[in-house]
Amino acid sequence: MNCEFSSMLRGVGLVLASLAVPSLLAAAPNEGNFVQVVRQVQPKVVKIFGAGGLRGLEAYQSGILIEPPGYVLTVSSYVLDADEVTLVLDDGRRFDASPVGSDPVTEIAILRFDPREEPVPMFDLSQSGSSDVGGRVLAFNNLFGIATGNESVSVLHGTVAAVAPLAARRGAANVRYRGDVYVVDAVTNNPGAAGGALTDVHGRLLGLIGKEARSQLTNTWLNFALPVDAFANVVEDIVAGRHQLPPLDELNRPNRPLACGDLGMILVPDVVARTPAYVDRVLPDSAAARGGIQVDDLIVMVDGNFAGSCSECEALIARNEISDQVKLTLLRGDEVVEVVLQSQEQVEE
Amino acid sequence: MKIFSCSILGLGLLALAAGAAEAVPEEKVLRAQADRIAVVRKIVEPTLAIIDTTGQGVGSGVVISADGYALTNFHVSSPCGPAMKCGMTNGQLYDAVIVGMDPTGDVALIKLFGRDDFPVAEMGDSDLVRTGHWAYVVGNPFALSDDFQPSVSYGIISGVHRYQYPAGTLLEYTDCLQTDAAINPGNSGGPLFDAAGRLVGINGRGSFEKRGRVNVGVGYAISINQIKRFLGYLKSGRIVDHASLGAVVSADEQGRVVVDDILDDSDAFRRGLRYGDQLVRFADYDLATVNGFKNALGTFPRGWRVPLVFRRHGREHECLARLTGHHRQAELLELLEGRNWPQPELPDRPGEPDEPLPDAPEQPKKPRFGLPAKAKLTGVVAEHYVARRGYANYWFNQYHQDRIWNKISAGKDPHGGYDWVVGGKVETGGDFRIELSRHRGTIEMPRGVSSADLTLPVTESSSPPGSGGLLAALHGWQRLRVAGLGKFGDVYYLGTLPWDKPDNLVDCLVGVYGGAEYRFYFDPESADLVGLEFFRTSDDDPCEIYFEDQRDVDGLRLPHRWVIRYGDEIYAALEVNSFDRPEGSDTE
Repeated sequence: MNCEFSSMLRGVGLVLASLAVPSLLAAAPNEGNFVQVVRQVQPKVVKIFGAGGLRGLEAYQSGILIEPPGYVLTVSSYVLDADEVTLVLDDGRRFDASPVGSDPVTEIAILRFDPREEPVPMFDLSQSGSSDVGGRVLAFNNLFGIATGNESVSVLHGTVAAVAPLAARRGAANVRYRGDVYVVDAVTNNPGAAGGALTDVHGRLLGLIGKEARSQLTNTWLNFALPVDAFANVVEDIVAGRHQLPPLDELNRPNRPLACGDLGMILVPDVVARTPAYVDRVLPDSAAARGGIQVDDLIVMVDGNFAGSCSECEALIARNEISDQVKLTLLRGDEVVEVVLQSQEQVEE
Repeated sequence: MKIFSCSILGLGLLALAAGAAEAVPEEKVLRAQADRIAVVRKIVEPTLAIIDTTGQGVGSGVVISADGYALTNFHVSSPCGPAMKCGMTNGQLYDAVIVGMDPTGDVALIKLFGRDDFPVAEMGDSDLVRTGHWAYVVGNPFALSDDFQPSVSYGIISGVHRYQYPAGTLLEYTDCLQTDAAINPGNSGGPLFDAAGRLVGINGRGSFEKRGRVNVGVGYAISINQIKRFLGYLKSGRIVDHASLGAVVSADEQGRVVVDDILDDSDAFRRGLRYGDQLVRFADYDLATVNGFKNALGTFPRGWRVPLVFRRHGREHECLARLTGHHRQAELLELLEGRNWPQPELPDRPGEPDEPLPDAPEQPKKPRFGLPAKAKLTGVVAEHYVARRGYANYWFNQYHQDRIWNKISAGKDPHGGYDWVVGGKVETGGDFRIELSRHRGTIEMPRGVSSADLTLPVTESSSPPGSGGLLAALHGWQRLRVAGLGKFGDVYYLGTLPWDKPDNLVDCLVGVYGGAEYRFYFDPESADLVGLEFFRTSDDDPCEIYFEDQRDVDGLRLPHRWVIRYGDEIYAALEVNSFDRPEGSDTE
């Protein structure tokens, strides 16, 4: 479908348009180009700069502006594990952003920034599109960090090669998300591309460009995007604050807060801003050992609340009295495991 | 079912089954296909497969004039030395010689021999290219085109006005185009065309990462508008340099582009630019970022004068700044001779392992780039090649010197000599009279009389006061006419650059005599002298004379309106009424 033509349709009305079609197609050498749709979408895609910068760990990625104003959807990664994450908009405006929440399965993350009452363009996730195999797509992203300053993100074109369940791995670990993804023939697994927008040729959001990953079967790099349906609900929950806890005050502050050590598990040293909450040691005969916790388990939720880092995990556990039961959600390889633990001390009393 | 390849296959079969039942594709799809085929037919014609004289595949190129001038990358031409061979779609292999090199911009101009009707690429305007436009990449990836039929890849423009940092100290891609049409090793030097088949760039670089040196949807082309500015310089046979403003800029807290440091002997400084000033515009470019400034600056050759707008205390100032060199000449030559030479981003032979990264330890490697090696040249190439330090091919410089000289000396001057008396009106009121001889110059102006002893070094001669050395400047003009190119001093052809108007490119001869530099500007068609600059010293403004109103006097073309400028001031605008050059005056 000719996208320039379709937007003109809206402008001039159907009657005129039907007359205009042949001359439009014949006249313009760039007939059927994507200039208008590119300019419409690019302002909704942001460049994200954060942690990294070492070889092989680029300190940048992509994100998209979503409703309501002040929210950015991106992928969760080490780039966000920084004290300051900077967003650069299409017009060069810069904002500091902070993480609101993330989902360990789809690996999406939400950032928040203060738009200072200035208008920002946004995607409305409820108005997103979908595509069949063979549909033409555009991929908008900050690949290779090429676009600096106020430069617009890069745009690549391609088609949907398959809509299929993801079976991917990253390093030795399998990617947790197993649902359908858009597999495309545009190269989207370049450094910095993850978190960018995959749209159709009308600029409707189809999905979020996924983190770099290889096929489990062929070991080749995959070019894929998570369809909007795969994360829309999670985004809504995070934005609505349904993952957020009430602040601690005199009424709900525990008298003797529970700690990881009380459960007999030691997390990895908390060395960076957002160290993931991996279990480093399990003490023998402890609640953790009896509950079947294993070394290298990743704690992703405590009592149903996301624990994005060691410090968040400790803080969530410490909301309990030492006598309370605590429910942990763990990732062990590909598996999601839930365990309920209670401190040894309490049992002995 | 969790395996992609199976799903793709399954869906593909389904699509195939559905397709079999369907009729012909839509009319507009067929038309778009027919248009593409027509464009491809047109754009493969001027595309070259460039190979070195030993028959190794090196890269790509594109012909831009019927007499055989063609563009390629510097990093493609360099390994060839002065001579290379170019394959075209008719299956013919043509000899070619290096003409000019722009190592910083990674561009080389070559000339093919054997025809005067080479197919020519239609020139485009890269400033009109927008992200989302369709684009074609044509060339010789992986040296595939054994039969000289180039490969064509199709994609979109992914980004415009991109800045790509230099590889080491050379090969800086400023204001370049980014495309997802596949650019692979071997495509270097080949053309990027727009949807209508107009040349908008020269491909030369890509971003690569984990999959080795094959395209991952990110290639870059040098914009053709940058090359258009350099073309006149490249035709001079020189190794040309990019420009520097003589100032370092950075972004302040508000993100404005401000001057961080400025050389006090730079022209920009003399035009009033100071530390802390905000740069607003440079030529046609609005400057919003530091990269934007680098982009704009990088597209200009050394020596061009460019309008600059800067802001200080809320007030905007405009000036015309003369750009200096990005490198010192010795530095540029040293870089070319292979010391600390960075490898280019694209190796040009397939199957070559990844190049060591710039931060990897130095490894001894054969110098692949450098000044043309002294190879045995034969035939037509040997007839068109002269090696000289600082030049890619001095033959072409000599060619242009002769071309201009033959035009200006056509019709022997019976009154040639140093004795001139020029008189007329000063446009602000009053009369003037200039009397020149071989040893002395005198000028009478309404404000007084000045003279210059021309037996002294011209570097001492700034008379009349406030002119920057008008009398010595005119003496240089006489010397060029009387002594000729051979005896003037060191003379070379600079190329073409703007003189009185930004878009009006004129020929420039540079002559050094008595320690001072003269620049003579000639109309490229008529060879009328349209301008003259006399640089007494390198750290002061020149005396500039703008010549207009050319008239025939005794069979010679002589200007009858002279506007003389020094720095920011007009010294005088003169209307010439009499131009007396007595017969048999002092010649040598």
